[in-house]
Amino acid sequence: MIDAVGRPQSVLVLGGSSEIAQATVAKLVPARCRTVVLAGREGPRLSEAVDRAKALGADVAEAVAFDATDVAGHGAFADRVFDRFGDFDLVIVAAGLLGDQAAEEKDPVSAAAVLTTNFAGLAAAMLAVAGHLRRQGHGRLVVLSSVAGERARKANFVYGSSKAGLDAFSQGLGDSLVGTGVRVMIVRPGFVVGRMTEGMSPAPFPTTPEAVADAVVHGIETGASVVYVPPVLRWVFAVMRHLPRAVWRRMPG
Amino acid sequence: MSVPRGRRALLTGWGRTAPTAAEVVHAVHPHIVDQALGMAAKGSGGRTRGIVARGLGRSYGDAAQNAGGAVLDATWLDAIHQVDLASGVITVGAGVSLQTLMERLVPLGWFVPVTPGTRLVTVGGAIAADIHGKNHHVDGGFCSHVLEMTLVTPTGTTTVSPASDHDLFWATAGGMGLTGVITRATLQMTPVETSYLLVDTERAPDLDTVMDKMLTGDDDYRYSVAWIDCQSTGSRLGRSVLTRGDHARLEDLPDRLRLAPDRARAFVPRTLARVPITPPSGLLNPLTVGAFNEFWFRKAPRHQVAKPHHMTGFFHPLDGVGGWNRLYGGRGFLQYQFVVPDRHGETVRRVIERLSALRLASFLAVLKRFGPGDPGPLSFPIAGWTLALDIPVGFDRLDVLLDEFDQEVAAAGGRIYLAKDSRVSRPAFRAMYPRVDEWLAVRARVDPDGVLQSDLGRRLGLCTDPPPPSTASGRKARAGAGPDRPPPARPPRRKATGGTSRTRSPSTSPPSPERTGS
Repeated sequence: MIDAVGRPQSVLVLGGSSEIAQATVAKLVPARCRTVVLAGREGPRLSEAVDRAKALGADVAEAVAFDATDVAGHGAFADRVFDRFGDFDLVIVAAGLLGDQAAEEKDPVSAAAVLTTNFAGLAAAMLAVAGHLRRQGHGRLVVLSSVAGERARKANFVYGSSKAGLDAFSQGLGDSLVGTGVRVMIVRPGFVVGRMTEGMSPAPFPTTPEAVADAVVHGIETGASVVYVPPVLRWVFAVMRHLPRAVWRRMPG
Repeated sequence: MSVPRGRRALLTGWGRTAPTAAEVVHAVHPHIVDQALGMAAKGSGGRTRGIVARGLGRSYGDAAQNAGGAVLDATWLDAIHQVDLASGVITVGAGVSLQTLMERLVPLGWFVPVTPGTRLVTVGGAIAADIHGKNHHVDGGFCSHVLEMTLVTPTGTTTVSPASDHDLFWATAGGMGLTGVITRATLQMTPVETSYLLVDTERAPDLDTVMDKMLTGDDDYRYSVAWIDCQSTGSRLGRSVLTRGDHARLEDLPDRLRLAPDRARAFVPRTLARVPITPPSGLLNPLTVGAFNEFWFRKAPRHQVAKPHHMTGFFHPLDGVGGWNRLYGGRGFLQYQFVVPDRHGETVRRVIERLSALRLASFLAVLKRFGPGDPGPLSFPIAGWTLALDIPVGFDRLDVLLDEFDQEVAAAGGRIYLAKDSRVSRPAFRAMYPRVDEWLAVRARVDPDGVLQSDLGRRLGLCTDPPPPSTASGRKARAGAGPDRPPPARPPRRKATGGTSRTRSPSTSPPSPERTGS
């Protein structure tokens, strides 16, 4: 159960090898999160993440195979993990592809892969998980969106639109869950310096997986519904959203 | 009879933190309790989400919540079955509030044996939390005055007294509703002549003075409590107002009351004001609380002897303000209450020192001394000092601070109060309540399938844990709670005894449980 000061005792991560998710788990386990289930593509990265959660002192730390694009399998996946591990106080949706915009513009199939993973696949998985959370009558669903979804830019509109879809979906899902004891929190980080963005030059107000993890933990504590990391981006994008398109499309990057 | 079906509602405790959704089943008749337990035992999809009884929702944390399961609104069981005015022994439904008992019986010369700081608790809740009052050092906890109770468990309905089933009786005392649903209880009331107390009030300039006064003087008073100003620092650290008193006899009262015995015995509580809205969090901050504390301290007489106070003002000052818990804002608040043995009075000082250094806005800080505890393995009181603090949620390092207090309290051989708790860790809880396994054994006897569940129970590991992952053999399944155990042979279910609380007197209807959300 999440306690009065917002500490969960169990967490399920969709996209368990995500750096942000791992940084979050590293903060949750010392604060009495006893069960850590990392769902993702099986491989060394996922098993290393499990080992790290164990080393931090989690009573249960396990990897579970999860493929965001396997939409038909999401129902059975959710049934399986909730049946096996019981309630989850917190579910973090952290899977996602950044993609390569230049390549995608030439190859619609790879663009569709980004859209399917980041939006359609995760949306279906969230519905499957939300059904279980609704039945258990409590829990938080944390969705890693992005400020890129606030307004699609010509430099990364494939990724941006996938996050825009996920973000809008999560807002609607959150509203539909009001009164069920389940709450949805949307996290909108800016440019996160890490494995996913390696070799890219950072956008203004860059952040780190640790900073995003801090914001996630703090958001769970305060019961926030939308969190920007760094927080200044809330105001930056309040302006950006309303720039004339002629100006917006000339934005660098 | 119709099948008990409930409406899904979001519930919180009095602290308004951590809302969860449950099916609220109204216990309009004692038989519903039995049926609701049967339905909860069946569960859905092979797994039960359980059931727990809820009274007036005055537990601060998650004791009367059951996410995804059923919550039995026991305030319907509010019949007064039997009153013996000669002996003061009464038998009442578990949903009767202490307020109702006071309204009805104080004018007839009988007062509840133990009352907490609010009279808006039910008899069932009072037993489940084994509540204490300002008279604990003289009279002990609530359950010491319970002669017997009717308990509906998943394995049948029984009437339990300390003599008939010592273990079950005392596991239920302070058992937070996880050993069964209490449907009725027989209590020994306390004789009183009037609804007034003669109260001595004095200010103490610092913590040492007040603790010294309590150590040397409390035994001369039936009721004793100190309000502490947690905002003052330095030489004024822990300055307090100590109020102590005893029930007034008619002849002790001034003429205006003495010559009008009906007035001297009247018990007509009024709600003076209601908090109409939930103000933003932060209304109660160091500044406002500091100002309030200064006022409260200065308002108290320096030294006043034998001043008549009405019971309502002396015992339940906050009940005059309806919904005062909303003052803490949307994020709610928690109460931290601990007890440490007498020789560890220093722990009290260190906690107050740290709170005042942080200027944490705690405006309700109450210190009192407990007498010896009763035999309940989860019953809170033990002989020593108990300090209760209301703290708004939102202070940045509150979680870490309270974890550190837990360590200190556990190291001193003390414990925190489950009826107030909403955040203690499992290891700290186990260190504080070393007899928890004894309690779990009794629970396994009456509820082998883990039908009685609550959020508090899940949080602290008092309910059956989910089955361990099939691949990991390392996780130990609790004795008698493993998933591979064959289904136990159930004794035939007995019908609940009696059934007289079908009617519901409008004058005694307690308010419905606190709900939040839409």
